[in-house]
Amino acid sequence: MIMPAFIPGAWQTAVDVRDFIQKNYTPYEGDASFLVGPTKRTKTLNAKYERLKQLEHELGGVVDIDTTTVSSLLNYPPGYLDKDKEIIVGLQTNRPLKRGVNPFGGIRMAEQACQGYGYELSPQVLQHFQYRTTHNDGVFRVYSPEMRAARRCGIITGLPDSYGRGRIVGDYRRVALYGVDTLIQQKEADKLALSRMNMDDENIRLSEEVYRHIDFLGKLKQMAATYGMDISGPANNGREAAQWVYFAYLAAIKEQNGAAMSLGRVSTFLDIYFERDLATGRLDEEGVQEIIDDFVLKLRMARQLRTPEYNELFAGDPMWITEAIGGMGQDGRTLVTRTSYRFLNTLRTLGPAPEPNLTVLWSTAMPENFKNFCAELSIETDSLQYENDDLMRVRYGDDYAIACCVSAAAVGKQMQFFGARCNLAKILLLALNGGRDEISGEQVGPIEEPVGDGVLDYDDVRARYRRCLEWLANLYVNTMNVIHYMHDKYAYEKIQMALHDTWVKRFMSFGAAGLSVTADSFSAIKHARVTPIRDERGLVTDFSVEGDYPAYGNDDDRVDSIATALCDELIAELRKTPTYRQAEHTLSILTITSNVVYGKKTGSTPCGRKLGEPFAPGANPMHRRDSSGALASLNSVAKLNYDSCRDGISNTFSLVPESLGHSQPEQHDNLVSLLDGYFSQPAHHLNVNVLNREKLIDAMMHPEKYPNLTIRVSGYAVNFNSLSRKQQEEVLSRTYHDRL
Amino acid sequence: MSGRVHSYETMGALDGPGLRLVVFLQGCPLRCRYCHNPDTWATAVGQETRVDEIMRRIQRLRPYFGRRGGLTLSGGEPLQQPEFCREILHECRRLGIHSALDTSGGVWDETCREIVDLADLIILDIKATDPTAWQALTGRDAFAALADLLAHLRSTSHPVWVRQVVAEGLNDQPEDMLKLLDTVSGLRLERLELLPYHDLGRSKWERLGLQYAAHDLKPPRPEVLAALRKIIAVNWPTATDPKTAG
Repeated sequence: MIMPAFIPGAWQTAVDVRDFIQKNYTPYEGDASFLVGPTKRTKTLNAKYERLKQLEHELGGVVDIDTTTVSSLLNYPPGYLDKDKEIIVGLQTNRPLKRGVNPFGGIRMAEQACQGYGYELSPQVLQHFQYRTTHNDGVFRVYSPEMRAARRCGIITGLPDSYGRGRIVGDYRRVALYGVDTLIQQKEADKLALSRMNMDDENIRLSEEVYRHIDFLGKLKQMAATYGMDISGPANNGREAAQWVYFAYLAAIKEQNGAAMSLGRVSTFLDIYFERDLATGRLDEEGVQEIIDDFVLKLRMARQLRTPEYNELFAGDPMWITEAIGGMGQDGRTLVTRTSYRFLNTLRTLGPAPEPNLTVLWSTAMPENFKNFCAELSIETDSLQYENDDLMRVRYGDDYAIACCVSAAAVGKQMQFFGARCNLAKILLLALNGGRDEISGEQVGPIEEPVGDGVLDYDDVRARYRRCLEWLANLYVNTMNVIHYMHDKYAYEKIQMALHDTWVKRFMSFGAAGLSVTADSFSAIKHARVTPIRDERGLVTDFSVEGDYPAYGNDDDRVDSIATALCDELIAELRKTPTYRQAEHTLSILTITSNVVYGKKTGSTPCGRKLGEPFAPGANPMHRRDSSGALASLNSVAKLNYDSCRDGISNTFSLVPESLGHSQPEQHDNLVSLLDGYFSQPAHHLNVNVLNREKLIDAMMHPEKYPNLTIRVSGYAVNFNSLSRKQQEEVLSRTYHDRL
Repeated sequence: MSGRVHSYETMGALDGPGLRLVVFLQGCPLRCRYCHNPDTWATAVGQETRVDEIMRRIQRLRPYFGRRGGLTLSGGEPLQQPEFCREILHECRRLGIHSALDTSGGVWDETCREIVDLADLIILDIKATDPTAWQALTGRDAFAALADLLAHLRSTSHPVWVRQVVAEGLNDQPEDMLKLLDTVSGLRLERLELLPYHDLGRSKWERLGLQYAAHDLKPPRPEVLAALRKIIAVNWPTATDPKTAG
């Protein structure tokens, strides 16, 4: 069967996947009626996976660990879930769900991870790494006493100094479009060009990196060959395209165990091949969906081995295999295709799941049919998050993807140096205590006269905070420089960077936790009367607050302006210190689940939060402080300045579907209006967390895990979030039982 | 011009079409036995609020309204602050914002005519369908006011949504539905919602030092409620409660 030729373009003479897409894709504005259900084959395979997953759960979280092999592209024999039935092949190790060991981030961590599940890392691996410096070794060789103290006290936390930094999204599509040989040729040309330049530090380093790109592209080909496939040339059809893309991604997760190993923006790209398959009769709709189902099932099977400490920071075994779906092109056509629908359809064909992390790039200009389909799926499966394409497209173009949860980068052209987050609330407390940690008493920050005993003065505290911020920002940048220098040196991401342009734009992605706590604390100091309470060591460890203050999350400019300013100030301070490889400073307001960990390490704050209590996640208002309903809360978050927080602004929104309307069509309609309204402000991100019965019970026990949870009854005037925990549990139990 | 407000709900998806700002006004002359907002009864409490503050809040939510959303004035009984309502509804008209007024009809008289006409939608909470039952439930002899309002709404063909709280031990029998349908005949009825009784407001009564007055009532059993909704659907198809539609 001769496939019709692709429409020519610049993509034929240079590596330019975007151009290929723009010239060849088919926008789709229709509805979901063309979608089909899972085939018998898919159901059988999925059931097999689900059984393994159940076994994994029963065995304490891990089915098996290969403790004798160091994970890399060629170190495992081929493995299958079901050799006869699979359409897309390739496993991380030789058995499904069996985890590999990746000690390049840190050998001690690899050991601890094994022990955490009752395994022992083999002596041969330990022996081998005795003579190898890992990333973790490198970082700790250089960390200063000040950096170590900052880590200890929790003013900077979760740093990727003992786990892979992740956040690099290889352009896996390049392998399908060009085949490995062409990509190697391109890299060889780059290396030659480099060799003709002056050999300064950067060029020497880059040249060696390109050597490693070429080396690992070769290994990628070999890896595919062990599965019986020749990927030296381009993919010829949809199945090959999906397989080549998957091989590239698989190679990345064999080589690296970064926290976030995101997929990119592959659905519209793959659709080009599927359209041809359908047009030529090579495949029917069922056949196409089957390939997508198998592709996605493989992604769901991805696993990394983690230490117990890591699991506390990032609970739930996340991989952040983020796929960015939809959005608009710069020429005004939508980038929604039928395969956008097919990917989302896997939430039905395979059932809902948190991975791959399906992320809808929302534009108010997107087809209404697609918006409605997303809303419907959100409410049905609770498995979608949304980000503002109109905001990002202007800044990154129309071929960007999301790394992890909220961090945009143009695919294959921009990469990120991940930097976890600093603790704004702790900066405030340190500032009040003259640089001493309020829990340990250790002198962590610059020595200053601590604050006096009287009612706190806003201007005075603000100035103290700024001085402490200045010190911390400088330390944070320098800490990150050490981390990323060492990661490049000892745990460089060869296959992922091979799938980037050689001269790539780098971002250094800083973060902030405790935004709402800090904004509310400043609001309390400004509008109420806050008096410090000292312990026997003379440290300020608690506060008495007289009077009310406006809290962040009520669409009140008096405090929302403080939250905005905190972000603006932080990025301005960070920018003052030069970065490794001249990376551009960016900032995210994102904590994942680590808001609990940061809370544990932070003393009582002026807003009324007590020692050890969790922070709100990301940019969310604090639990129980929004009193005007969910949309006022969304409006507060929408005020944060995306240009100060280019690495993303994370907002989680929990709801019970019945609160969005009495009938399903109404609920879908209202959710679309909600998203349109929120993003038009402009806001950046919304994780729509839709509660089903099990989650409702969990919410009864842990309301702080479900920010903005809205339980609504017609005509009922109650601020759910301001009820006591006991009352909320009561309301929740009644809501569930009475099925309002 | 100002009035007293109890609270706001910014994500109102159950008090009118689309997403709405629901303003719960302070004060209500009724004392319904099953009230879930007894903290709205008193007139002297709540927040003194200017009309322009209400309008400011509406504008802050306008991006979410889409084609169908807007403002709902509820409470309490909004018509107990007629001037305040008039100003707000007038402003909504002027700005092209859809407005809904949620009332029990127990305070209505001719002076309220203009206010009702200004609202794009009336959400009418029909407590009961005869004067005796109405008084027993609400504690007030004002069924005649409701009857007058119904007559006015019929004559102007004003868009109306009707609601009724349904409780076991009160009004969960098929004949209650037939009486309700009778009461609303002739109205330009766009929706009829049966709201199951719940006692989520019970703790509010306790906090106010009041003795909860609906001990004898229970939420309707799901199958009973479903049957009642079916009766409504069959007898008045264009006003079907969306829960029974399709």
